[in-house]
Amino acid sequence: MLEKALKGSKGYAFWIVALLAIIVIGGIFYLQQLSYGLGLTGMSRDVSWGLYIAQFTFLVGIAASAVMLVLPYYLHDHKAFGRITILGEFLAVAAIIMCISFVIVDLGRPDRVFNLLLHPTPNSILFWDMVVLSGYFLLNIVIGWVVLNAERNEVPPPGWVKPLIYLSIPWAVSIHTVTAFLISGMAGRGFWNTAIMAPRFLASAFASGPALLILFAYVIRRFAGFDAGRQAIQSLAKIVTYAMVISLFFLGCEFFTVFYTQIPDHMNHFIYLYRGIGDGSNLVPFAWLSGITGILATILLLVPKTRNNPKILGAACILVFLSLWIEKGFALIIAGFIPSPMKKIMEYAPSGVEIMITLGVWALGLLILTLLYKIAISVKQELEL
Amino acid sequence: MTMKDRPLIALFIFMLVFVLTLPLWINLLTLSKGRDIAAPELDLGGDAKLCVESTEFMKAHHMELLNQWRDSVVRNSNRIYINSQGKRFSMSLQNTCMECHQDKEGFCDRCHNYVGVTPKCWDCHIEPKFSIKEHPRETH
Amino acid sequence: MDESRRRFLKIIGLSTLGLSGTAVVEAFAADKADRYLSYEQAFAGKKWAMVIDLSKAAQACDGCRNCIDACHRIHNVPDMDLPKNEVKWIWKDNFEHAFPAQTHHYLEQNYQGRPSIVLCNHCDNPPCVRVCPTKATFKRADGIVAMDYHRCIGCRYCMSACPYGSRSLNWRDPREFLNETNKEFPTRTRGVVEKCNFCVERLAQGLMPACVAACKEGVLSFGDLNDPASDVSALLSKHHTIRRKPHLGTQPRIYYIV
Repeated sequence: MLEKALKGSKGYAFWIVALLAIIVIGGIFYLQQLSYGLGLTGMSRDVSWGLYIAQFTFLVGIAASAVMLVLPYYLHDHKAFGRITILGEFLAVAAIIMCISFVIVDLGRPDRVFNLLLHPTPNSILFWDMVVLSGYFLLNIVIGWVVLNAERNEVPPPGWVKPLIYLSIPWAVSIHTVTAFLISGMAGRGFWNTAIMAPRFLASAFASGPALLILFAYVIRRFAGFDAGRQAIQSLAKIVTYAMVISLFFLGCEFFTVFYTQIPDHMNHFIYLYRGIGDGSNLVPFAWLSGITGILATILLLVPKTRNNPKILGAACILVFLSLWIEKGFALIIAGFIPSPMKKIMEYAPSGVEIMITLGVWALGLLILTLLYKIAISVKQELEL
Repeated sequence: MTMKDRPLIALFIFMLVFVLTLPLWINLLTLSKGRDIAAPELDLGGDAKLCVESTEFMKAHHMELLNQWRDSVVRNSNRIYINSQGKRFSMSLQNTCMECHQDKEGFCDRCHNYVGVTPKCWDCHIEPKFSIKEHPRETH
Repeated sequence: MDESRRRFLKIIGLSTLGLSGTAVVEAFAADKADRYLSYEQAFAGKKWAMVIDLSKAAQACDGCRNCIDACHRIHNVPDMDLPKNEVKWIWKDNFEHAFPAQTHHYLEQNYQGRPSIVLCNHCDNPPCVRVCPTKATFKRADGIVAMDYHRCIGCRYCMSACPYGSRSLNWRDPREFLNETNKEFPTRTRGVVEKCNFCVERLAQGLMPACVAACKEGVLSFGDLNDPASDVSALLSKHHTIRRKPHLGTQPRIYYIV
C-alpha cells in the first residue's frame, strides 16, 4: 500500500516538498544545538524544561484521538465511525512520533538514549513513559495497517487484531496517565502536584484530539474528496463538547482548591500565570487567551445551532485546539517552574533555534500524517468506486 | 513494479552496493600514496613492569578494565584494585594510568587514531598536558 | 505479504529481541569481590551529614566565599557566561530564599537577608533518585546522593524533582569557562546534570569536604551521624536545628542551627 503515498496531485507534491524543507531546516538547527549544547535554547537553571517538553505534553493528548473513535465503534458498534477509525489511528501514530522526537531533541546527551534500555528503572515514571508510548505507537501502526490492508483486499481482518484493538483502549488511557504522573509526582512542584492532573490530561486529550480530527476531516473533504460523513462529524463534535466542559470544570476545581486554601506554594504559580509576579508576566496574555478561547469554544459547542453549523464548528475546533495547545503546552510546563524552589522569578522565552527545531518536528509529524492519510484515503476511495 | 523496471532496479542495487563498500574503494585507491599500514609505535612513558597488568592483557582488555574501574569507583565506592600479582592500585584513569602515561598523543592517541576509534574519556577526564586555552574539541 | 517475506521479518524481529537480552545479563554483573576494595578510611557504616551554623553566618559569611571557591575550584565547576546557564554546587542566598516557609513579616531584624549556605541536601528520601530513568543519580549506603556522569542522558527530570534547586545542567561545554583546573579531578561535558558530591574523593582519603575545610569561622561542620563523638552528633544534641522544606518528607541531611 505504500505506493499510494507516492502518487498525487501537484498540490500534494508541493506540500510534501515544503514539509521536507522545514524538516531539513529544523535538522540543521538541531545539529547546531547538538554541537553547542542546550544553551542555545531559552531554558535555564530554574526553568529546565521548555518548549520541547511543552509540545510533548500537548501531543500526548492528540495521540488519544484514536481511542475516541475506536471505543465507540468497537465497543458500542457506533457505525458512523467505521470509515474513519483509521484516521484516528494514523493521527495517533504521527502524534507519538512527534512526542518521541520532542523528547529526543530535548535530551542533553541524546547519544546515550539507549541507557534507558540498558538500565531500566521501574521506579522512574520516565521509564514507563517510554514503555507506554512505544507500545501505543506499535499498537496503532499494526492495527491501522492490518485493518486497512484487510479492507483493501475485501476480507475481514485477522482474528489476532481484535484483542490488540481492545488493548489499545486502556493503553490510550495509560499514555496520558503516565505523562501526567511524570509531572504530578513531584513534591517540590506545587503547580503540578495535584491528584487530578491525570484526569485533566484525559479530558483535554478527548477535546483536542477529536477537534483536530474534525479539522482534518474538513481538509480531507476539500483536498481529497473523501467525506467522513455528517453523522461522524456530529458525534465527534459532541465528544469534544463534553470533553471541553469537563476540562473547564477540572480547571475550575484547580482554581478553587488553590485559591480557597490560599497555600502560597500552590497559589504562586497560578498568580504568575494569570496576573504575573513583579516584573515577570510573560505568560499572562497566553494564559488569558487560552481561557477565553476555551470558554468561547465551549459555548459555541454547547449550543446545538452553532455546533451543527459546519463553519462555526470548524472555528470552534480551531479555538479548542489553540486553547489546549497553550494550556497543556507551555502554560502548564513553564508555570510549574516559576517561581523557582527558592522563590525567584527567572522568566523563559523560547529562542529562535528552539522554535525552528520545534517547527521541524511538527513538519515531521505532518509529513508522516500526510503519507499515512494519503494511503488510507486512496484505499477507501478505491473501494467505494 | 514490472519487467520494464528491472534495469532501473538493477541500477539502484548497484549504486547501493557501491555506496556501502565505498570505504574499501577509498582505502584501495589511496593505499599507494604512502598510507601507513604498519602498527603504530608508542611512547610508553612508563615502565611496563609497573603497569596495572601485563602489556598483553592491557592491549586486549584495557577498555573493559577501565569500564569496570568506572563502575567500581562511582557506583560501588571501591577505589582499590588488586591486580593479578596481588599489587594494589588506586583506580583512576587521570591519577593512576596517566601518571605514567603522561603523553596522551604519543601513547593513547597513536593506537586509537590507527584503528579509528574516538573514546570519549577525555571529554571529562583531564589529560596531564591539558591547557585551558587549547583544550581539544569534544569528541561527541 | 509473501509467506517467505513474513518469515524473514519474523526471524529478524526475534533475533533483535534475543540480542537485546545480553544487555540485561550484563546489567546484573557485580564487582568480583576479591579484586575490588574500598579504602580503609572509608565508608562502611557511615551516615554522613552536615551542620551549618546560621547563628554565626551573619558576621562570618558576609563578604566571604571561601567554601564556594574551594568547592568550585577543586571540582572544576565552571564559571558560566549567563545567569541562565549558571552551574553551582554550593552557594549563598538569603534566609528568605533558603527558608521561604519560615519567613514572615516580623522576622528578627538580624535574620532578614541573613546569608545562608545552600547545597544539595543529600536527602534520605531523595525525589531526584526516585525519578532518574537510568539510575545515573543514586543513593549510596553511606547516604550520599551520587551522580554517575557517564550515564546521565541529560533529561533533567532530577532537576524538576529537586525541591531545593540544587542541581545544574551543563547547558554548554563547561571547559570553556574554567578559570583554573584541578588536574586530579575530571570536568563534566555539556548535556549532563551535576551537583555537590559531599567530596567523596576526599572522604575516601580521610579528609573533610573542601567547603568544611575552607571555612575558617566554623560555620560548616561535617561528620558521621552514627558516631556519637562526631562534630555533627555533638552539635545536633546541643542546638535546635531546622532543615529546608521538612514538610515534603525528603529527610535532608543538612541541618541548620538557627
